[in-house]
Amino acid sequence: MRHLGAVGYLLFWMLAASGIYLYLRFDTSATGAYGSIGDLEWWFGGVLRSLHRYAADAFVVVTVLHLLREAWLGRFRGWRTFTWISGVPLVWLLYASGLVGYWLVWDTRSQFSFLATMEWLGIAARAGEAPDRLFSLFVFLHIGLPLALLAGMWVHVQRLGQPKTSPPRGITFAFMAMFLGLAALRPAASEPQWDPVRASQSVAVDWFYQFIHPLMYATSPALLWVLVLGASALLLALPYLAKQQLVPARVDPANCNGCGRCVADCPYEAVTLSGNKASVFPSRCAACGICAGACPSSTPFRSIHELVSGIEMPDLTIQELREKLRSALPASEVVFCCEHNPRPGAIALRCLAMLPPAFVEYALRNGARRVKALGCENECAYRLGMELCDERFAGRREPHLRATVRFERDNNEYRFVLHR
Amino acid sequence: MKALRFAAQLLLYVPLMAILAYFSTGPRFSVVGPDEALVRVSFIHSTQRRQACRERSAQELAKLAPNMRAALDCPRERSPLLVELELDGKLVLRREVQPSGLRRDGNAVVYERIALPAGRHRIVARLRERPEGDFDFVKDQTVDLAGGRTLIIDFNAARGGFAFLI
Repeated sequence: MRHLGAVGYLLFWMLAASGIYLYLRFDTSATGAYGSIGDLEWWFGGVLRSLHRYAADAFVVVTVLHLLREAWLGRFRGWRTFTWISGVPLVWLLYASGLVGYWLVWDTRSQFSFLATMEWLGIAARAGEAPDRLFSLFVFLHIGLPLALLAGMWVHVQRLGQPKTSPPRGITFAFMAMFLGLAALRPAASEPQWDPVRASQSVAVDWFYQFIHPLMYATSPALLWVLVLGASALLLALPYLAKQQLVPARVDPANCNGCGRCVADCPYEAVTLSGNKASVFPSRCAACGICAGACPSSTPFRSIHELVSGIEMPDLTIQELREKLRSALPASEVVFCCEHNPRPGAIALRCLAMLPPAFVEYALRNGARRVKALGCENECAYRLGMELCDERFAGRREPHLRATVRFERDNNEYRFVLHR
Repeated sequence: MKALRFAAQLLLYVPLMAILAYFSTGPRFSVVGPDEALVRVSFIHSTQRRQACRERSAQELAKLAPNMRAALDCPRERSPLLVELELDGKLVLRREVQPSGLRRDGNAVVYERIALPAGRHRIVARLRERPEGDFDFVKDQTVDLAGGRTLIIDFNAARGGFAFLI
């Protein structure tokens, strides 16, 4: 479920690729469109058409699940406000793109959807006519709206460090297999051709996109506007209804050497380099402390009495962490844990990636026989914590764990011993 | 363990596949019931001006800049549009529609959807495009509407007024 956003990107590219081929084969005129879709060879064009249809439907499912999941997990306030708010127009753009896409088929479903949309918008459609100019507008919208959607998706991830825009290969293959299976079992088909003066007895509605039409007929256009605008307003207002009070990271210029590790590791693009020193955007800061864990000056081996790091959390400083560790030593085992997965007797950190690797070695060299570090149970609360820990402990990322310490990982638990 | 994960993934994808397959085309939806027909009144019309144009006098024209000396002074505001629809002698629609635009100088837009029992019906449509007086356009026609059919009532003054498209 944590890959839903990345799956959305995957589906967009599937739609773009299949859409380009369909457009090449498409007769972009009101008189020729319906026939050109019917002329697609079943084994390639037909399969791509089905893939285009089902990927579009899956895009709605994935988007709605993504939205609900993030809302359920409370990921819409504080430093996530920009990402959340920039996601709301994407729902509109997705629906608009899909609805217009259906109009291009020029069948009775297109006719039903077009007239219902016009009725909703309060536009008297010239139902007796089907001009090519109107069709050109549909084509323009079905290219323009997805491009706007893509631009919106790009903006949506701008406040994420190392955004995941491609899902794991297994998920990609699974979706591809699912769409090919659907194309074989239930290929996408057109309804009878658009007839300006004849309404079908009933229409095969795509309920993922066109549910708004039956909803409007069951209620009224005005009520549908109230529902849609009300839901949008609620989504936009959500970050401001439940504000979060956090103490953002603080930079100490005297101890910051401008190495940029905190900039590279911040999961929310909240740190930048300004004048060769780190600088924090308070409104973007999640107070996860990952920047403190990345700072080369966050090492307990420093001999100064008052340990101050280049960047750290004012309400949980590196000095306090060293004090907590020193008071726990000597011990047979020292345990560090993430605050989201607390353990009795463990030294709690905002995120496991707040733990500078030097602290592990310090503990082992000062009386601890073993060190354990526990991350979040499933998904890191700050997106990248476990990945950053993996890379730092394996020596692929600075600050790295020195080779004199050996570690192994079992799910969310790291175990360290000194290699003699 | 791998087989278990594979089975769990399958459990997730198969219902998703079923949901996509079913709801992409079903259940079918009908705006009207099997024994009903639909009348859609759908048109755009630019009504007459609320006040008639008047010819400017020579003195008035002289006061205007040379490029603005139009012989006629035409107030922009247009009349509201009055539309009526009568089904089998019963008035089912009477609407006064204001022209669009801040200066009320745009088109009047009419869209109405009326469901009626399938069968033979006498339909009378009337339209007035002036502030008062009798209707300017009237069309009276008896039509046979089978279940599920739509009668579109269009209007185009240049083509003589109402058109009933079955």
